[in-house]
Amino acid sequence: MARRRPLRHLTFTLGLAITAALVVVAALSLLYTPADPLAMSVADRLQPPGGGHPFGTDQFGRDILSRVMTGAVTSIAVGLIAVGLGAGLGVLLGLLSGYAGGWLDETLMRLVDAVQGFPAILSALLFTAVFSPGMVVSMVAIGVAFVPAFARLARGSVLELREREFVVAAQALGGGDGRVLLRHILPNSLPPLIVQATTSFPVAVLAEAALAYLGLGTQPPYPSWGLMLKEAQNFLSLNPWFAVFPGGAIALTVLGLNLLGDGLRDLLDPKTA
Amino acid sequence: MRRYVARRVAALAATLLFVSALVFVVVRVLPGDPAAIIMGTEGSPEALARLRESMGLNQPLTVQYAQWVGGALRGDLGRSIQYDVPVGGLIVSRLPVTLPLALLAALFMVAAALPLGIYAATHHRRGGDYLAMIVSQVGISVPQFWSGLLLILLFSVHLGWVSSGGFEGWSSGLAPALRSLLLPAIALGLFQAAVLVRATRSAVLDVLREDYVRTARAKGLSERRVINVHTFRNALIPVVTVAGIQLGQLMAGAIVLESVFALPGLGRLALGAISARDLPVVQGVTLFVASSIVLINFAVDLAYGMLDPRIRYE
Repeated sequence: MARRRPLRHLTFTLGLAITAALVVVAALSLLYTPADPLAMSVADRLQPPGGGHPFGTDQFGRDILSRVMTGAVTSIAVGLIAVGLGAGLGVLLGLLSGYAGGWLDETLMRLVDAVQGFPAILSALLFTAVFSPGMVVSMVAIGVAFVPAFARLARGSVLELREREFVVAAQALGGGDGRVLLRHILPNSLPPLIVQATTSFPVAVLAEAALAYLGLGTQPPYPSWGLMLKEAQNFLSLNPWFAVFPGGAIALTVLGLNLLGDGLRDLLDPKTA
Repeated sequence: MRRYVARRVAALAATLLFVSALVFVVVRVLPGDPAAIIMGTEGSPEALARLRESMGLNQPLTVQYAQWVGGALRGDLGRSIQYDVPVGGLIVSRLPVTLPLALLAALFMVAAALPLGIYAATHHRRGGDYLAMIVSQVGISVPQFWSGLLLILLFSVHLGWVSSGGFEGWSSGLAPALRSLLLPAIALGLFQAAVLVRATRSAVLDVLREDYVRTARAKGLSERRVINVHTFRNALIPVVTVAGIQLGQLMAGAIVLESVFALPGLGRLALGAISARDLPVVQGVTLFVASSIVLINFAVDLAYGMLDPRIRYE
């Protein structure tokens, strides 16, 4: 079958374009924002969009555009670390479980089932009860919620690949368990794991926003889209735009990442296309 | 089937044990001294010692865990520090908000997603399919609490049809109670409906490609009969799985929507307990919600085994 060209795939290209724009905005915000995202100006509070503030201002007169731009960094950072954490832990558990088999497999899978009972919000509630809320709690809680999906995928791949000739050959040539797992099985399990990581990223962005909204994640005054929506809720009738822009930023980001994930799945895994 | 159920029940027991262990480790073991967290900076050393004694923290961790799990199995989740009442009772008192909210959202999810998913699949690669896919793609991208805020903005701030939040309780009548739950249930169900539309569409598309569907069409059955009798029933298996898993997600999502609409449910109970450093309540609520999600997943597994005999023999 002829290899499909990624850029001719509409979903993938659209997703890539939106995601690239998000990364550019986040990178730009580290060097330049139209105004200081933390600078307050009581005289300019709750301004509608226009003039010196294209997205308007919040209840402390801070520039919403600059805060939305900086919020992108929070989303990307939390998303990347949470997905990395979930993937790292999950793949480790899955590889171990699938390769070892027997009672260890059974025990680890029951642990994974148990972890599935803790969506990010529940873990965050639990962690925040004993540690201070903040970005780290967000990252860990969201990461933990991703562990089951990665563990099951990795385990499935190991079970599928364990009996394949190239793995048996590697073992026959004297390759140790670790070497066989890391050099032969893991690289061949990568495509579905990459797709899972891409589709987990938008989920992480949504979860970060929800946790910040509940006061369990990123803390003020640092800008996070979820936190901005929490603040905007009290001023819905005075300045509805305050709620529209951060919410729109989340929706657009998640849309872009979802499209990118769908496109990547089509390209990497023709069975589901 | 009996062996399959027995195996699943044994796995469920082990999973629930892990759930309780995870909650226990985070609340009792990781912080070092939970009593110090509850007391904060204001407690005297004597008060701290008394609290430790009353919480049983002077005993070995294994004994503490066994006592806590034993109590939980009897419905005793300890006493709330903030309200000085049993945690179990507090949880039960909040269920009439969280449970109907999740169920109403589930109802909305199924009612919106199944027809749309079937429509999209039966109009594959035509205008209606593309439109349904765009709608579901947007639905998946919009955070639930933002849809909640937008619904408040439209129906409460602009149109003034409903209040922006709060819950008067079921004693004030069915209609006012349902009215307070309607917007949050829509906001909660919208996102999940978008996920389910995609799952339904792809399940129906898979079945439509089967030989028996072609046979049904070839022998002259009406398209309605082909879809209703031959396609939909077989497509139900993956749809039930996705919908079941989403029921668990709805429980977690309800926590967020309760905050948006100021509903006195389990989520608000837990959030209030965090600010009040009421660890037994946080511990109880998380154990309850996590166990409920595990139980829902178990029920989905069983349903899956019943619907598809192949699963039982794996």
